[in-house]
Amino acid sequence: MSKCVTDVICPFCGTLCDDLIITTDDEGKKVTGVENACAIGAEKFLHSSDHAHRVTRPRKMQEDKSFKEISYDEAIEYTAQLLSKAKKPLMYGWSSTSCEAQSVGHEIAELCGAVVDNTAAVCHGTTLIALQNVGIPSCTLGEIKNRADRVVFWGCNPAHAHPRHMSRYSIFPRGYFTGKGSKQRKMIVVDPRCTDTSSIADIHLQVEQGYDYELLQALRAAVRGEPLSGDFIAGVPKERVIEAAETLKSGRFGVIFFGMGVTQSLGKDHNIDAAICLTKDLNDYTKFSIIAMRGHYNVTGSGQVLGWQFGFPYSVDLSRGFARYNPGETGTIEILKRQEADAVFVLGSDPGAHFPQQCVKEIAKLPSVAIDPHITPTTEICNVHVPVAFVGVEVGGNCYRMDNVPIESRKVVEPPEGMMTDQEFLSAVLKRVRELKAD
Amino acid sequence: MSAITINLISGRTIQQGVAMEGGKEKDKYRLACGIIEIDESDFKRLGVMKNTNVKVTSEFGSVVVKAIPATQGPHPGVAFIPMGPWANKVTSTETYSTGMPTFKGVPVTIEASPSEKVLNSVELVRAYCFGDN
Repeated sequence: MSKCVTDVICPFCGTLCDDLIITTDDEGKKVTGVENACAIGAEKFLHSSDHAHRVTRPRKMQEDKSFKEISYDEAIEYTAQLLSKAKKPLMYGWSSTSCEAQSVGHEIAELCGAVVDNTAAVCHGTTLIALQNVGIPSCTLGEIKNRADRVVFWGCNPAHAHPRHMSRYSIFPRGYFTGKGSKQRKMIVVDPRCTDTSSIADIHLQVEQGYDYELLQALRAAVRGEPLSGDFIAGVPKERVIEAAETLKSGRFGVIFFGMGVTQSLGKDHNIDAAICLTKDLNDYTKFSIIAMRGHYNVTGSGQVLGWQFGFPYSVDLSRGFARYNPGETGTIEILKRQEADAVFVLGSDPGAHFPQQCVKEIAKLPSVAIDPHITPTTEICNVHVPVAFVGVEVGGNCYRMDNVPIESRKVVEPPEGMMTDQEFLSAVLKRVRELKAD
Repeated sequence: MSAITINLISGRTIQQGVAMEGGKEKDKYRLACGIIEIDESDFKRLGVMKNTNVKVTSEFGSVVVKAIPATQGPHPGVAFIPMGPWANKVTSTETYSTGMPTFKGVPVTIEASPSEKVLNSVELVRAYCFGDN
């Protein structure tokens, strides 16, 4: 007989859907069915319970670059020695694990004088810089569902990256003041490509790639009724810009969701500054908010935990014995480019796949440990790979949704026998680091 | 056949997400991300058949991927590689003092390379880190 677990949290993207129904076998070891999840979330649950294809014990890279199985105790000792001896270890990742595990990791980082950084470094880091510059008028996804009648997706493609975002919160649901669902909402998409998201928009501004700042400032001017010069602005006809500005102003409650199209293109934090200032300007006419489309399911949580422990949301350098933060200097990419780290510890992320490959090559040159349930390009270039249980599938833990709402994820199946969780492994490393540092 | 210069962006696709969660070491991930999506008009300029392997080169490196027609287009003058190690082989490491590499908006050259193979993610990264290419 199968078991059914309801109200399961999906540990894939920052939308943190909380209505999944997971069916398991009667022993609670294998996921046999996933309801309500998107294709990516379903794959995550189904892949995790396919134990035959998982590495279940730590592995150490040999001279010939092949891997040999080692025990968890050996992996704990290796990791503790690596971090204790290093002068400036880099502890990167943290976005695919629970806040509890992050907190233990930060304690290790403090003891070892490490740089702690999360995936915001290659994702919404520039957003965090911008909101420190100009603040952020924001709200929760629940407010969007119940109130928003103007929704902008700028430089993001939720149809692919946050597949249930539009159906659960932003476009299709019928909320308290949005009883007609999508019919009551005007949707504007700004993207240099015609995407599956832009295909259902009321207005698609096909901005010239890299000219988001110009278009944002033009929209700010148009919102204020200032004249715009030139027939085209950032590749968009002037009339379309004015039409978009009028549409935004005419709503009762609006929101701008923005993604990598603005954070990673030229202009970076200045693009977000302008987007936030546009939101501020629109509040002279109606109510407007802005929310970052965070990627990893708990990257927001990593920023929160770092924030309350060290005062900064990412790129925190503890190597001088106190917390320093200057992303252009203390960011992981910059440190790898300057070849400044002497050890690398990765947990809950895959820089091997998602960093520029010159930076990946630097990681491969250093003593390194990767903690990850999957086999990834990172685990295949690090000296030691420690497989752990999937957070949100095989162990619970606290996570933060993209709108900074904390949600407790749930355990639905047992991990493979004898497998440690992130938090257990980190706690064991912390205990050993304390012993080594005491000596 | 001729080489073309084009503006490269990268980003998520649902196929990339599903393949990533299914295992990055598997061929499904290579098929989802070891590609470059090119607009119809740019295919004409490039002068190669669709689904041909091409070499994409920037000042930061080069990679062999399969050229396919844009799945979400049109977007003339812009090419798209789903996020992953193939895109990151050619992406810009320049952060302009923000800590954030410029993953979108990298000028690249594309040329036909039908005899070269698209490596899987682990082969690609290990060859680059431990090999000599």
